[in-house]
Amino acid sequence: MNTATALSVLIVDDEAPARARLRDLLADATAEEANAVVAEAANGLLALAVLAEREIDLVLVDIRMPAMDGIELARHISRMARPPAVVFVTAYDSYALQAFDLNAIDYLLKPVRLARLVAALRKARRLSTPVPDLVLASLQPGERTHLSCHERGRLLLVPVVDIRYLQAGLKYVTAHTALRSYVLDESLVRLEEEFAVRFIRLHRSVLAAREAIVAFEKGGETEGETQWRAVLRDIPEALPVSRRQWPLVKAAAINARV
Amino acid sequence: MRSIKHSSAGHPVPDFRNVGIMLRTLLGVNAMAAAAALVRGAGFGDWATQFVALSAWVQPLLLLNLLVLAAAAPLLLSWPLALARAGVIGLAALSSLFLADAWRFFGLDGGDVSFMRAALFGGLAAALMLAYFALRARAFSPAIAEARLLALTARIRPHFLFNSLNAVLGLIRSEPRRAETALEELAELFRVLMRDPRELLPLADEIAFCRQYLDLEKLRLGERLRVDWDVRDVPANVAVPPLMLQPLLENAVYHGIEPLAEGGTLQLRFAREDDSLRIELINPCASAPQGSGGHHMAIANIRERLDLFYDLEARLDARQETLPEGGCQFCVRIAIPLRRRQP
Repeated sequence: MNTATALSVLIVDDEAPARARLRDLLADATAEEANAVVAEAANGLLALAVLAEREIDLVLVDIRMPAMDGIELARHISRMARPPAVVFVTAYDSYALQAFDLNAIDYLLKPVRLARLVAALRKARRLSTPVPDLVLASLQPGERTHLSCHERGRLLLVPVVDIRYLQAGLKYVTAHTALRSYVLDESLVRLEEEFAVRFIRLHRSVLAAREAIVAFEKGGETEGETQWRAVLRDIPEALPVSRRQWPLVKAAAINARV
Repeated sequence: MRSIKHSSAGHPVPDFRNVGIMLRTLLGVNAMAAAAALVRGAGFGDWATQFVALSAWVQPLLLLNLLVLAAAAPLLLSWPLALARAGVIGLAALSSLFLADAWRFFGLDGGDVSFMRAALFGGLAAALMLAYFALRARAFSPAIAEARLLALTARIRPHFLFNSLNAVLGLIRSEPRRAETALEELAELFRVLMRDPRELLPLADEIAFCRQYLDLEKLRLGERLRVDWDVRDVPANVAVPPLMLQPLLENAVYHGIEPLAEGGTLQLRFAREDDSLRIELINPCASAPQGSGGHHMAIANIRERLDLFYDLEARLDARQETLPEGGCQFCVRIAIPLRRRQP
């Protein structure tokens, strides 16, 4: 990055007056630290759409937002090939702030002051090592709304609600939706932990969405025991259920019916 | 954390580890002994001798009992009230019995104190002291209720204050007039917040306060926050606890409207039904029930305040309902008795 060029900035906040305030302040700060607001977004999803379109140097991110919150946005950004610098902007959230300090994550407090903003711009220009996903994951209160993957240099988002099942292969985990499958760069164990409410393990390498299981059918017999298969909505092929998982899967399916 | 509810003055069973309680017990029992000496003595001159003679029996007994009760205080406080009282009286009666027996064995007593009388005296003294402490606790409880009221009264979330200030700052350059109005409203809001929470307020004031609060939230959220007011046939001068609705509105916005990208409509209904005022607050919520500890706390808080003001006459009922067309909503319904504003 050339120091003479203006830093391109993306503002992400769901409140219009808060975006206006940051825009005004960035305009004031440009005398000291050249910058240009190239886009604004009202939530994490819209921000990722902007980031897919154009090169951005710095993203100012509000934490509490609908559709996709700031922490999840930062997690997806951290997976990008050339991630922009991320600075969180938050009104008041003592628990998150402590964690930010602990992990040396940069943040601004609302209402933002000009001097702090200039300092953040300087820092973003000097170094932009993204915060590791593992650290961000520990800050996220709930589960993610989307998983992300790379395809031909582009970041693709997979809404978690659309995923019917997750399958671990030799090297990668694939997420299967009704339409297609995506190759993820995450471990099945971690996904199982994060989405324990949504997914249930069918066997060693498959997690199925609980609400997608519509029926069970009998497969072949191995060692005198029936091998059961789970039928998932929109998925033509039934998935085998291991003998060890069968009681759990059956109980979960019965609970879901009641 | 010790709360004001568990202060030694407030509990009907006294905490015998407390120095004040010990002192009061010592003085009280000695006063009873002095009265007994007066009854037993032949004349006024005999009173001192009688008191000293009685003291030889009363003081060791009293100290012994206080020691045991102080050691057993945590246990007593954890017992149900009736059991704890029976325990204290039983201990006093039994120890009187044993001590009278011991004294007789050592030949210290002239034999004029029968076992039955000793036990009765001990038990009676303990019962009288317990009754005194119970009365004292009752006399103190209005102060405790008041302190509880102060603690329970809504405090606005810092989140709201900082976000509102930030929104006003964002408006100052583009819409200075709107920013001015917003700051005036914020000042007004804080004036109400700092008012004495022990007095009931006219409903009209509470409604005006709610409108102001929601105006400020609208400043931040814009079109995402829509409010549907329905105030019908409500006498404006009905007295209600101050800031009863604001915490509920704040929760409805924070947990209901803010997480929705397209926002939602907050429904507020005020209606009169027979002799009560019905208030209904409905907000949409994200389909996945999220952990909203704050929400439950606010509701428990308001329920307790209603109890303090109206005892059993007020009702609060809160629940999440699933809508037939999908999605869900959170409803809070309050019924409070219609009561004229107190002079």
